[in-house]
Amino acid sequence: MVIDTLKCVGCSDCVVACQTENDVPIGYCRDWITETVSGTYPNLDLELKSERCNHCENAPCVRCCPTGASHQIEGGIVLVTHDECIGCGACIESCPYDARYQHPDGYVDKCTFCHHRLEKGQLPACVSVCPTKCMYFGDLDNPNSEVSQLLKNRKYKTLAPEAGTDPHVFYLT
Amino acid sequence: MQEELFTSGRHIPNIDPSLQIWHWPISLYLFLGGLAAGILFFAALFYLMGKDKEYPTAVKVATVIPPIALSIGLLALVYDLTHKLYTWQLYMTFRIESPMSWGAWVLLIVTPLSFLWTFSYYREVYPNLERKLKVFQKFKFLNAVEKFVQENRIYMAYALIPLTLVLGVYTGILLSAFNARPLWNNAILGPLFLVSGLSTGAAAIILLSKSVKERHMFGKIDLALIIIELALIVHMIMGFYAGSQVQLEAVQLLVGGEFTLMFFGFVVLLGLIIPAILELIELIGYKVPVVVPALLVILGGLIFRFVMVEAGQLTRFLY
Repeated sequence: MVIDTLKCVGCSDCVVACQTENDVPIGYCRDWITETVSGTYPNLDLELKSERCNHCENAPCVRCCPTGASHQIEGGIVLVTHDECIGCGACIESCPYDARYQHPDGYVDKCTFCHHRLEKGQLPACVSVCPTKCMYFGDLDNPNSEVSQLLKNRKYKTLAPEAGTDPHVFYLT
Repeated sequence: MQEELFTSGRHIPNIDPSLQIWHWPISLYLFLGGLAAGILFFAALFYLMGKDKEYPTAVKVATVIPPIALSIGLLALVYDLTHKLYTWQLYMTFRIESPMSWGAWVLLIVTPLSFLWTFSYYREVYPNLERKLKVFQKFKFLNAVEKFVQENRIYMAYALIPLTLVLGVYTGILLSAFNARPLWNNAILGPLFLVSGLSTGAAAIILLSKSVKERHMFGKIDLALIIIELALIVHMIMGFYAGSQVQLEAVQLLVGGEFTLMFFGFVVLLGLIIPAILELIELIGYKVPVVVPALLVILGGLIFRFVMVEAGQLTRFLY
């Protein structure tokens, strides 16, 4: 997933779309908006962006899961099998992005990149509703895909790269 | 040039502002697991050295603690799970990269062994128990089991030595394997928790022992373990100061931050330095009530687990 921080206006439409699409219980979110102000007054810079599970290549949550409920499927998406999850919280502790939470039903839940929609050929809910079209979703292994082209032509960053997780959500800056 | 930086919160009411997933049951379990590992390790070690007559508390009497400690610890662990009905999924697989998977399997072996070990000595330690409890007369096969474990005690001891060491180290590695919590993420935490567990085990043996010789022996062992533990704590703090930005921020919680009094006051001073001095004074020949240093060590070990679990969850990479 590629997110253009220069286009994002922080409207939280992606957050609401995700909650609706995935029946996220009240008080929890699978994605969220952060505002970062940096610089020295009066030369300040404001960055808005939508954050979520980074579907890391080297996913610490998958490594520490004692039952194998957290797993990585072909294509790199990290999912949780609810019936295998015991709710121990190890994956929540292991995530540098704090992207996971304990669902009131007991199991651990997080962003799935709307895997159920991808199977039908649709885009993730957050991407599909974004009013400024600042989010892009596609195959990074395909050099001609829109996301690959964006990363080729624009400057980008990832979150907490020093955590060594090799995240798969990229922010254009 | 001074850079101002501010990041808004995420405004997720049930997740933010700080991660609190592991509560007191985890801290309690880490303490009880270490304590049980310590006592069982000494029991097996002194049994294999053929010293069960000289050190009866270590080999026979104190081993009543591990089955109780492990049972309470396991209940605490299950209590902390949020998807309890699926706990059996732990035993459908073994995941070599997951410390919790290691722990689950080791506990599955150590817990029954701890019961069997105590059971094999019940006739010696509690001579009147058989008459009082009707269960031994009703179920004759229990006597056969008792005979079997008594004959195979040496194999149990050989198994317990590596298993208790794994159990002791795992209570630390469970935390240190999390890169995302900088205060936990240091390689010394495994050995540190092991030494702390052995030390609390030795203290529990001192507490229960009635023989002066045994108390002195375990006083010496405990003193050595406390000194190693202090050295490992110094190592840990130095490691943080030599670490990356997130680790420098993490160590502030222990040094000058909100956990300073708990860590340096209760864990290091009251839980390690003062008992070490008291044990030293006693070894020189002065009379010191052994209950005091032993209880301090045990309480210090308990507070140490609480401090590390609570403080570690406040440290993070983002926001």
